[in-house]
Amino acid sequence: MTDATAGAAHPAPKPQSLLAPDARTRKRNAAEARFRIYGMVAVGLAVIALVFLLTSIVRNGAGAFFQTFISLEVTLDEAKLDKSGNRDPEEMAKVSTFGYAPLIKDAIQAKIAELGIEIEGLAKPEDLISKEAAAQMRNFVLANPDVVGTTRTFEFLADGRIDGYYKDRVTMESASRDKNVSPEQLQLADALKDAGTLETRFNWNFITWPDASENRPEASGLGVAILGSFYMMIIVLVLALPIGVAASIYLEEFAPKNRITDVIEVNISNLAAVPSIVFGILGLAIFINFAGLPQSAPIVGGLVLTLMTLPTIIIATRASLKAVPPSIREAALGVGASKMQTVFHHVLPLAAPGILTGTIIGLAQALGETAPLLLIGMVAFVREYPAAPPEGFFDPASALPVQVYNWTTRADPAFVERASGAIIVLLIFLLAMNAIAIFLRRRFERRW
Amino acid sequence: MPLFWLVAIVAALAAAGFVLGRQRALASAGGDSRRLHSLPKYYGWNVALTVMTPAFGLLALWLLVQPVWIESSVSGAIPESAIGEGANRSLVMSDVRRIAQGLDLLNRPTVQSESADIDAVAAALRDDLGAVGIAIGSDIQPEIYRAAQSYRAKAGWGHTAMTAAVIIVALGGLALSALVTDKDFRARNTVERGILFILIVAASIAILTTLGIVLSMLFETRNFFQAYPWQEFFFGTNWAPDFRGNSDLAILPLLWGTLYISFIALLVSVPIGLFAAIYLSEYASKPVRSVAKPAIEILAGIPTIVYGLFALITIGPMLRDFFAMPLGLGESSSSVATAGLVMGIMLMPFVSSLSDGIINAVPQSMRDGSYGLGATQSETIRQVIIPAALPGIVGAVLLAASRAIGETMIVVLGAGAAAAQFNRGLGELVNPFEAMTTVTVKIVSQLTGDTDFASPETLVAFALGLTLFVITLGLNVLALWIVRRYREQYE
Repeated sequence: MTDATAGAAHPAPKPQSLLAPDARTRKRNAAEARFRIYGMVAVGLAVIALVFLLTSIVRNGAGAFFQTFISLEVTLDEAKLDKSGNRDPEEMAKVSTFGYAPLIKDAIQAKIAELGIEIEGLAKPEDLISKEAAAQMRNFVLANPDVVGTTRTFEFLADGRIDGYYKDRVTMESASRDKNVSPEQLQLADALKDAGTLETRFNWNFITWPDASENRPEASGLGVAILGSFYMMIIVLVLALPIGVAASIYLEEFAPKNRITDVIEVNISNLAAVPSIVFGILGLAIFINFAGLPQSAPIVGGLVLTLMTLPTIIIATRASLKAVPPSIREAALGVGASKMQTVFHHVLPLAAPGILTGTIIGLAQALGETAPLLLIGMVAFVREYPAAPPEGFFDPASALPVQVYNWTTRADPAFVERASGAIIVLLIFLLAMNAIAIFLRRRFERRW
Repeated sequence: MPLFWLVAIVAALAAAGFVLGRQRALASAGGDSRRLHSLPKYYGWNVALTVMTPAFGLLALWLLVQPVWIESSVSGAIPESAIGEGANRSLVMSDVRRIAQGLDLLNRPTVQSESADIDAVAAALRDDLGAVGIAIGSDIQPEIYRAAQSYRAKAGWGHTAMTAAVIIVALGGLALSALVTDKDFRARNTVERGILFILIVAASIAILTTLGIVLSMLFETRNFFQAYPWQEFFFGTNWAPDFRGNSDLAILPLLWGTLYISFIALLVSVPIGLFAAIYLSEYASKPVRSVAKPAIEILAGIPTIVYGLFALITIGPMLRDFFAMPLGLGESSSSVATAGLVMGIMLMPFVSSLSDGIINAVPQSMRDGSYGLGATQSETIRQVIIPAALPGIVGAVLLAASRAIGETMIVVLGAGAAAAQFNRGLGELVNPFEAMTTVTVKIVSQLTGDTDFASPETLVAFALGLTLFVITLGLNVLALWIVRRYREQYE
């Protein structure tokens, strides 16, 4: 009886294969699969973000390495450039760039006539040429006074808008609304391109030239910024490496276990996490306002970046000192070396690859740092190359990441391309540094 | 004599001292190095270090103290009448410094022969200074001119005295250490003590840096609170700086923007980073890991300016065109969502690598126990590993939050410059597509360009910086404490 009712209430489970999962197992397996998919999605998102970031930068910035040039034959008229005719550079320097502009105007009109181009409503064909061209020509003439009176072929930068036309930034439609360029001028550019006078090609000037003013994006370059960054890296390397290594040796090998050591250690790990902008405030208050060092100078940037890089180097150095097995130390002490000799003759050389790797990674971080440099005045517009070190350390300069920021604040869309191009240069430097670090680690690091 | 030569002379003396010390030691042992207490080079190093350490120490100290001393003595000599309307002593002093610098460039004599024509000289000077690239705003008054000359005289005198003192100290060190050198002198121990001292100095630079940060900000913050009430700064609700004065400088609107953006950044980075870490450490096959792990590490090595530009030219316009405009929530490409999303991408590798370490630190025996009871892999992760790793993960999230709060370039380029407006209602405050500024953005904008270190509009940046420093420091200390405690559990 009881058996029967029990049987009715709980029907005996259907005999089932062990291989066929029941509902609960299926649920658990589904949860398992879902969890796995979340993980894959997360990793996928990270990889997609990286790819998207890099392609966006490269797509926007590749154009900065190419520039449109127009080659023109310019007659360097003696009557205009050197009235007295005695080729005295001082007297010739009195002719400003405004004296050179008409020559370019004549040259392009002669070119149009020579090629027989006729475009209705074409006004100001000389606007095709960058405003930098007159200065470029003046510098050339002042450097070579003998060329006055001859006819020479010059390669002029095309105006930023014309350049933008060949990079799809400017269209006929947008040109008709733009007061800086007209559709007729674009037609002329096309005609000149067909005639082979105008061409777009690789532009080394982007790497070597200094920054240019707001309305001459085509002439702006990274020269000063690269030099400034390079100077700062030298300062960081020269200061941060010895100080960092010395500090780590003390903390790792000599420091007694006491309160002061504890304070220093906590301090270093906290310094590593202090926001970079706070270091900028420190630089402004101490190095510029208190010590009176010049603004925008690589020395101040270098000092600030040194303080920022120190914790990174110290942490890396301590890790690689710690990785040297105690047996090495004991052996050295056993044959009569002093503690100091043990460290400097045996432990340090064995830890060197790790220290070097950490230093390069620290330098790479410092190279990309922007915020503190903004506060110490490195955003200033600098057109002069800094002198050779050591005086150059005190000259105004820019820095690569700051140049990027600087360009993003300008109105002309051509500067967005420049900024992305500068990022590509920055990333290439970082990639090279990290590659060296990885190579050193692979080549020299010893596992005990 | 330029500084470079002074350093070179001391270095040359040290080099000479090295040779001298070594030779003296060997000579006292009769040329037999076995009779020396230490290796010969230690005697050399002893002399070299005794030459260099005090000399360079004195040099550094002198360079630090001299400007302060000259500044205060020259500034005290300027009569109150020479400080014009609307100027203050520090502005006048900066003019004095620049005039002195210009006079150096012009190679003018320091001593003026006739004091009668000083007015004429001072008046003519402005044009001359302009010619060497130093522009002075107003006409140069005779008092200022005199101050500049005395500044130059003191600087020149100080420089000569410094050169003499440093060389004397170096020579004294050389003589003293050469005298004590003989074969029984414990040179190695002395040198090693010297090196240890140098090591200690290097280690204490970290402390000095922190001290410098705190003191420089505290000092200027005190000046700020003298010019602006602190109640207004901490509890006011409006941020509207105005360089003509009468500005509202309250931190709350900026803090709101900072926290909101950081919250979105954490919302993006913590789940993705955590799941990526779990997947890579528990599930991924070797080939997947060998591709995905470096990719995430690359993401971590990209400078923040790159993320900033990415926000400015790609993510910002994209969010505006696909979300904000169709939804009618705003038409600004810089917004909380833009900055938050990009910052989330930046923090993702940070969260992921920290959690990776923490998850790997959970002992294998706990996993094995869970599998042995029949749990699936995901059940093990959710019910065993995550609870065990939770303190560490919380620490990682706190560290990420501290980074998000202190991040500058992404918000400068992606978040906009307008402070949150508390009087416009909650809708605008919580709209993620609204442009909103942060503490760090305002530090940058108040301290770049023309700054006047007497106005509260500039000084507020130091108060903002100090607040930021305190918040991030608190988060870091808390996070490190949690992580450290947790590590001890399993070690």
